Amino acid sequence: MNLDLILGILQIVLIATTPLVFAGIGELVTEKSGVLNLGVEGMMLVGAVSAFIVLVITGSYFLAFFVSILSGIIMSGLFAFLVLFLMSNQIATGLALTIFGIGLSSMLGKQYIGTPIDGLSPWFFVIFSFLIVFLVSYFFYKTKAGLILRAVGESHNSAHALGYSVIKIRFLSILFGGSMCALAGSYISICYAPMWQEGMTAGRGWIALALVVFATWKPERVLIGAYIFGGVTILQMNLQALGLRFPGQFFSMAPYVATIIVLVLISSNKLRIKLSAPASLTIPFYKGR
Amino acid sequence: MIRIITFLSTFLVFAFGSAYAEPKKVGFIYIGPPGDHGWTYMHDVGRKYMESQLGDSITTTYLENIPENADAVRAIRKLADSGHDLIFTTSFNYMDQTHEVAKDFPDIKFEHATGYIQADNVATYSARFYEGRMIEGHIAGHMTETNTIGYIASFPIPEVVRGINAFYLAASKVNPDIKMKIIWVFTWYDPGKEADAANTLINQGADIIVQHTDTYAPCQAAQKAGVYAFGQASNQEEFCPDAHLTSIEDIWGPYYAERAKAVVDGTWSSGDTWDGMDKGMVVMSPYNTKLMPASLIQEAVNMEVGIKDGTIHPFTGPIYNQAGELVVPEGEVAPDGMLLGMNFYVQGIDGEVPQ
Repeated sequence: MNLDLILGILQIVLIATTPLVFAGIGELVTEKSGVLNLGVEGMMLVGAVSAFIVLVITGSYFLAFFVSILSGIIMSGLFAFLVLFLMSNQIATGLALTIFGIGLSSMLGKQYIGTPIDGLSPWFFVIFSFLIVFLVSYFFYKTKAGLILRAVGESHNSAHALGYSVIKIRFLSILFGGSMCALAGSYISICYAPMWQEGMTAGRGWIALALVVFATWKPERVLIGAYIFGGVTILQMNLQALGLRFPGQFFSMAPYVATIIVLVLISSNKLRIKLSAPASLTIPFYKGR
Repeated sequence: MIRIITFLSTFLVFAFGSAYAEPKKVGFIYIGPPGDHGWTYMHDVGRKYMESQLGDSITTTYLENIPENADAVRAIRKLADSGHDLIFTTSFNYMDQTHEVAKDFPDIKFEHATGYIQADNVATYSARFYEGRMIEGHIAGHMTETNTIGYIASFPIPEVVRGINAFYLAASKVNPDIKMKIIWVFTWYDPGKEADAANTLINQGADIIVQHTDTYAPCQAAQKAGVYAFGQASNQEEFCPDAHLTSIEDIWGPYYAERAKAVVDGTWSSGDTWDGMDKGMVVMSPYNTKLMPASLIQEAVNMEVGIKDGTIHPFTGPIYNQAGELVVPEGEVAPDGMLLGMNFYVQGIDGEVPQ
């Protein structure tokens, strides 16, 4: 193998993995505050379509990403309102958000399907995705605000007793998660595969959710997990194209199997569950109890 | 109030139903969205053509994005339960599901695209896309400079394998040094993954990208990298004008209109239809005059004529399999039975068909 080929493979891996990093890190922050949002796929799609539409209308990449992130904030804000104030079940609400997002994005994008646009170079976002992971890690483990956010996710009653506003902190975490998911979506429709197609995220939101568990809720491991996933996918394509005889299906399946193995490992030991998953995950917080 | 309206509308339907024949309901199951500008898009174009031809004698419905699993049973059953007379299931892997529902509704007619199992009320239909693949292969053999063709394949079913073989046989005929690099992506529809596969192939030296997946992402990737590509299912030139050589277009409209008319007239019967260029079910998009020399375009057009009048067949012997065994003797053409069940690569293609 020559250097050009390897550099080429590396480029493709970086471009393909970036949306998983964005969505994964966004969901991680949300879950760290004790809220599980299964609406990742829906928010990604709405983010993707809104960025695309704004780009077609205004021609401005900046506005496209800006509106996309705004759409993520609105979508996740809706979710936050339902689960934090109306105490609706997080799992059901999250699933509903995904279904809503799929439908909404299809409806909004109907007349934009097949509109040609000029794609944007992905490299700024690739670098930004690394940066955001390290910023989140720094925030969690080196700042007071990050410590408070984690405390809310571990024991909302204790955090409340200490005088922290559980609802406000969770609300902001959910909004951050939503904006990252929308960013992941807009990256797909503007940089990665510049087009709008219904359901074009093709399940990446669910992979991002699995990544958070795979990473045992640690930011750097989301990055590692995403690159294992992206790397294996692209590597098996390269092996196929080189004409090697090997079971391609196995490699397509490998990342999912790895996630299941990690899940089994962390849940086989009670202490390990306690140490990794936020203790208040999916538990609603009632003020004054 | 609602009850009264329901009653009135039922009454009206019955009152006028006697005067006018009730329109037949035709339903479609789509694997993707009609806007994919590929496979599903062309079925939807066919559906609209059918509507325009038959006017008020039919109404049509479609369900989109139906996965090829147990969900398909639910979707097909939904159409059957809601009084449809004719149901088209437009993807290969709806086969078992179509037959499962068809058993329970003997009076409803089913049409399964690209399938090979018929029943009294289940007909199958497909187009001889491999005729178009032959022309693409011929063009690719002339146009490639690196002698490397990148082929993005979806699922290892006979339809896809046949396309690869037809392409390679034609390409290697004009250019014996040609190499095929094949990536199976195990999806029909994932723009991101299709683009990854195209970029991987280009990175490995392919200068022509062929796809058997549903979106124009590979053609777009080719355009960006400055190599050539063939579109899929519909004319995709507007998305990648500097890469797009031609596409194989699937023209379903006339067939759909004919079958729906048969249901309206009460003459529908089961069977298998497998038409090609001669019947206009397979059409080549306009050849790209900016990229292709005029002589090559003329050769491609001549090939079309030959395929239409039957003097050219993409699978004309001698054809050997990878083990070097003669599968089609010299001077003969492969029988349809072999083509329909094709699950092997011809000699000269590296790798093996995933099992």
